[in-house]
Amino acid sequence: MSDQVSCHTTGAPEITAEGSPFLNGLWKQNPVFVMVLGMCPTLAITNSVRNAVSMGLATTFVMVVSYGLISMIRKLIPKQVRIATYIAILAMAVTVVDFLVKAVSIPIYLALGAYIPLIVSNCLTLERAEAYAGKQPVVKSMLDGLGMGFGFTLALTMLGAVREVLGAGTFLGVHVFSKNFEPWVLFLLPPGGFISLAMWLLFFAAWRERSAKRATERVEAQTGMAGAVEARA
Amino acid sequence: MSTAATTVIEVRTAPHLHSGRSVDQIMRHVVYALLPMCFYSVWLFGISAAALIATTTAACVLIEHWSCRLAGRETSIGDFSVVITGMLLGLTLPPGLPLWMAVVGAFIAVAPGKMTFGGLGFNVFNPALVGRAFLQAAFPAAITTYTPAMALNRFSQFIPTSLATPFLKAAPLKDWIAQVRVDGFTGATPLMLQKFEHVTTDPWTLFIGTRAGSSGETSALLILLGGGYLIARKMMDWRIPAAMLLGALLTGGAYYLSNPVKYPSPLFVLFSGGLMLGALFMATDPVASPVTPRGMWIYGLLMGLITVLIRFEGGLPEGVMYAILLGNALSPLIDRLTQPRTYGEGKRMFAKEATTR
Repeated sequence: MSDQVSCHTTGAPEITAEGSPFLNGLWKQNPVFVMVLGMCPTLAITNSVRNAVSMGLATTFVMVVSYGLISMIRKLIPKQVRIATYIAILAMAVTVVDFLVKAVSIPIYLALGAYIPLIVSNCLTLERAEAYAGKQPVVKSMLDGLGMGFGFTLALTMLGAVREVLGAGTFLGVHVFSKNFEPWVLFLLPPGGFISLAMWLLFFAAWRERSAKRATERVEAQTGMAGAVEARA
Repeated sequence: MSTAATTVIEVRTAPHLHSGRSVDQIMRHVVYALLPMCFYSVWLFGISAAALIATTTAACVLIEHWSCRLAGRETSIGDFSVVITGMLLGLTLPPGLPLWMAVVGAFIAVAPGKMTFGGLGFNVFNPALVGRAFLQAAFPAAITTYTPAMALNRFSQFIPTSLATPFLKAAPLKDWIAQVRVDGFTGATPLMLQKFEHVTTDPWTLFIGTRAGSSGETSALLILLGGGYLIARKMMDWRIPAAMLLGALLTGGAYYLSNPVKYPSPLFVLFSGGLMLGALFMATDPVASPVTPRGMWIYGLLMGLITVLIRFEGGLPEGVMYAILLGNALSPLIDRLTQPRTYGEGKRMFAKEATTR
């Protein structure tokens, strides 16, 4: 997180310059598991896979569209009012999504409820606008929005999968275990969101630590071998 | 003493007095104090209670051992604290709880409730109650399914829900209870009877403990004996249980005086539910409770008050668990506010800042 905070002031490029912006958002800097942004929808509406996927896709749409626009006019926006401008553009995209979801599926619209309008104030959408889209060319910004959006969708789906499987015994409404499954009611409630997020974060932290350890071991082994070769020579 | 005449005065450096008590010694005595309750609960509820307590204890010990190995440090199961956690968890659960749920509760109690904080001495909450709170939130139906005490065949037959297949719903107990029930015993706990059916159990039954309830909370007498032993050996501070029981008694008394028809007598409040077990063995968790004497009183009175408020005003029949967890969360703050004044310092609390300025 400290890296992320500093990028607000010093500019994002040094972090995001390497690699493609799409893959960066999808995995390396995953908005939920790495940056821990956008916690409000992450915790609130991941109680089923369906809700999680629709929320993620709605956010993706908003990010791609608005980052394209923001990036296009980034040189025209006066510095003092840039946040307000970003929010206005984001709000426009969110309004479109709001109507779109309502037109496609009323049950999903009802399930997501207030969280669709709240995409505007989602710290993830605003953070990427400030850190990336406001400074980078159009195509890169849109790719960043797409990557971040898909990364967000992926993370939400992973959370939603844990919560739906344990909380209701189903995946996308299909019974995973027998119909007689004893539901873990807790996982459908807000604390279940916190617990499953913590479990995923723990998993990734352990995984990252292990791979870092392996990498250093590999480097050590190589240098050790090089040293041995030198000694022999 | 025979050699006293020949000994020259022995000179040693301070400290001259040793308490001679280590953590594991105290913890072992707590285990001894808990054993009578375990035996009584086996007598009352049969082999299901025995299996439940054994399962939670074994699971807690194994999980702590495994967490220590995972963290790459020496195993800490030798200090007996995790045995207490396991026993307490078993004692606070209904005897017919499916054993797989008990294992889930044990995992939550030890892995996130204790070991992620750094093990004994660092846990913010009483681990056993963390596990129980998780089970209460995850399986609200199973954890409020109580079975009658003194059931027929209780030493040869498990309560059917105990052996439910993991992750599957257990069969309803109604028919089984009708079959094995002895006259005069129901599956509902006294608090449930009081809250939902307005039947008050008499305090003597509650005191002796021949009633339905969580496996270890039934007998106030045995809990008081176990707690009294620890207090007499100075292994537990008497202030916390005294303050908690007093808090519950005063609040219950106030309710009783305001409407004696609707609310039960303060004695009922004192001896019913898990208040005794909670006050003597859970609220006194030395890690998660305040250390200043004044702080202990505040902590105990507050928990007693909240327990009764939840019982009478809330939707749940019992509130001891949440009261203690809340008390645990507040205890660092209570400790800070009740720091004793150092001799020579000003009278006011913030005098220190004033003098340094």
